[in-house]
Amino acid sequence: MIRISNVQKAFGSAIVLKGIDLTVEKGELVCLIGASGSGKSTLLQCINGLEPIQGGEILVDGISVHDPKTDINKLRQKLGIVFQQYNAFPHLTALENVALAPRVVAKRSRAEARALAQKNLEHVGLGDKGDSLPSQLSGGQQQRLAIARALAMQPSYMLFDEVTSALDPELVGEVLETMRLLKSEGMTMVVVTHDINFARESADRVAFLCQGEVCEIGTAEEVIDHPRKEQTQKFLRREQRKPLEIVRSSVA
Amino acid sequence: MIGMNGYQFYWSIVWDSLPLLLAGAWVTIQITILAFIVGTLIAMPMAVARQQGEGWAYRFSTWWVELSRNTPAVFQLYLFYFGLGAFHINIPSYAAVLIAVSFNNAGYMTEIFRGGLNAIPRQQLSASRSLGMTSPQSFIHVIFPQMFKVIFLAYVTQGIWGMLNTSLGMLVGLQELSGATQYAQSASFRTFEFFLVTALIYYLIAKGLQFSSQIAFRLIYRS
Repeated sequence: MIRISNVQKAFGSAIVLKGIDLTVEKGELVCLIGASGSGKSTLLQCINGLEPIQGGEILVDGISVHDPKTDINKLRQKLGIVFQQYNAFPHLTALENVALAPRVVAKRSRAEARALAQKNLEHVGLGDKGDSLPSQLSGGQQQRLAIARALAMQPSYMLFDEVTSALDPELVGEVLETMRLLKSEGMTMVVVTHDINFARESADRVAFLCQGEVCEIGTAEEVIDHPRKEQTQKFLRREQRKPLEIVRSSVA
Repeated sequence: MIGMNGYQFYWSIVWDSLPLLLAGAWVTIQITILAFIVGTLIAMPMAVARQQGEGWAYRFSTWWVELSRNTPAVFQLYLFYFGLGAFHINIPSYAAVLIAVSFNNAGYMTEIFRGGLNAIPRQQLSASRSLGMTSPQSFIHVIFPQMFKVIFLAYVTQGIWGMLNTSLGMLVGLQELSGATQYAQSASFRTFEFFLVTALIYYLIAKGLQFSSQIAFRLIYRS
């Protein structure tokens, strides 16, 4: 379980998170939605300790992420994260990308790590791409590679930070499909997304973040289809307007 | 053979001294390779420290870079050889040249590496740290391999520059290539012939470094 209590975060004088409370149960998929700058990506990076916090606490399976006494490198093995920019390691083949952390961090033998990597590449549908360099893969393939790389550490939780935002529209589907697969296998997931449709279909709960606070939280039906707060309604109206309609309305 | 302006070339005397020159060249190659490795090993953490922009490690490496880049290499060699001697720390000329060239290499390489590190997206570090790698593991397995690809040309150039710097060994009595040449020509005063041949040997060593590093680059980066 991930328990986030009263988390506060500032970059210099800019306060990004103003006391966030959120609990993610085992096996749950929670989507974080909200406008750019609402703090959702920052919150995600706080969960695995990539960002320090100024107040509050985040507990992962009862272990405090930001406690200096915590072995953060060990804790991070429980928390896979996938970023908007795929961040594949460009000097390594797909297989080596996935095998690196099992070998270096989990101290598995070279052969074991490669077998584990191959298994995870197959899992995300890249079984035949092991020898390819990231530069030879499409954006969607690179993002699935990033998922396989995180999965190879056998995490208990997967964090997704706007993983489809940098993709060409026709490549979004294959990444979402992989995420649905993980969900069907019971993976606990926290997903920051602008994809309202994905949130509606897949999320057990949706949290709407607004100006550094959890403004509204509930099932997808509650938050997306019947939002109670005015900010949520406004955000969803803007978000669900198709780009073409915006163009039309600005021309008209 | 009669050259221009009536200068008479005597090559046979150089030929006779060739074993001496080649022995000197071997010392030059040894120091070049050792100073290249030592300089690299020191420059890697110093470049990371320079990027931090604060702390004692940053200040230490900044001073190192300032001294090694902004003073003549010969001054640095004298500092290690005669300077330490003044404090009754006497080191052999071989060690003094090795230390001085390593010191000089490390300073320049730090700045070369720092430029390379700046070219690598910060997210690469986030990605490797998020997999549970420690900071040193991330640099060794993810950041430095990419950095070396970016800075490769400047890096090899520095290696060659370090090789040429070993010629200062002549000034502290080391029989590296220049020292050996100096010794051989002083007996015959065929300065021109000796230094022409020596320049050629330096050129060949530099080319050897360049070619072997290119082969290493292709093997490592599969390109």
